[in-house]
Amino acid sequence: MRERPAENVCLDAVDRRILAELQGDFPICARPYQAAAEGLGISEAELIARLQRLLDDKVLTRFGPMYQIERMGGAFVLAALAVPETAYETVAAQVNALPAVAHNYRREHALNMWFVLATETPAGIAEAIAQIETATGLPVHAFPKEREYFVEMKLEARV
Amino acid sequence: MSTDLRADMASPVLLDPLDRALIVATQAGLPLVPEPYAALAAELAMSADEVMARLTQLQAAGIIRRIGAVPNHYAIGWTANGMTVWDVPDEQVDQLGPLIGALPFVTHCYRRPRALPAWPYNLFAMVHGSSREECASKAAEIRAVLGEACRAGEILYSTRILKKSGLRLS
Repeated sequence: MRERPAENVCLDAVDRRILAELQGDFPICARPYQAAAEGLGISEAELIARLQRLLDDKVLTRFGPMYQIERMGGAFVLAALAVPETAYETVAAQVNALPAVAHNYRREHALNMWFVLATETPAGIAEAIAQIETATGLPVHAFPKEREYFVEMKLEARV
Repeated sequence: MSTDLRADMASPVLLDPLDRALIVATQAGLPLVPEPYAALAAELAMSADEVMARLTQLQAAGIIRRIGAVPNHYAIGWTANGMTVWDVPDEQVDQLGPLIGALPFVTHCYRRPRALPAWPYNLFAMVHGSSREECASKAAEIRAVLGEACRAGEILYSTRILKKSGLRLS
């Protein structure tokens, strides 16, 4: 996925309100799209069609529940690799192939690949790190969180 | 899963097989149909009421952080994304971390271990903007709050999303 996956994306006022108001609190009821659509002043069918379009255009990566794996006894760990430029694409494919890799970003630094491992058990993290080290031949630097001071990823649309 | 669990971070919640099946069925997204919970119920051989009751419990237990739209922040105009990292004394980091996390533009803020000598940073805060200048000015605000406790800092800009699937149980 490139930095700007959705070229020519054009959001109108309703799309922006969907983004502003539906990043949480989607209802759990028999007709949740209808309930959410009423709050936005549009029809249920229009909301569903717009969400489908926003997903197709990659404005949204997902629409649904966001799970917190640590509450289920699992673990999230941020980790990084210093990848030689000539091997970058190969290593990205090797790392991304693991289901435990939830996100992966290229960053400008000697440590130029930063990814989040999410596993159902804490032991799964060590296993995933060992698999990455074996596949890539590179040492993985793990930065497990020691304390969470704040998390709230809600950004309004700026386009 | 018991119904009286609160979303404290202390004790993980044990999932039963039906909760787990519900998570697997919804981790890529909710069905975009008028009755999405009934559609899931049909897939999982449960009633729609049971799907809704279990999702409500998962949310109350903090296993579901929230339900809604997950934007690709690049596509909605946040094209500059910087992981700011700071070296502050260990004895001050737990006092400073909440102050940095409380800045309105910081979306994530954590204490993490250093990896000396290459990586001296123990405080991480994500900032976002429409330009690198905007991120840099937010980083300057963080630095001002840290004051003399700040021994060093850097901004690591992301230049490409290599993967963003979120959690995937199998």
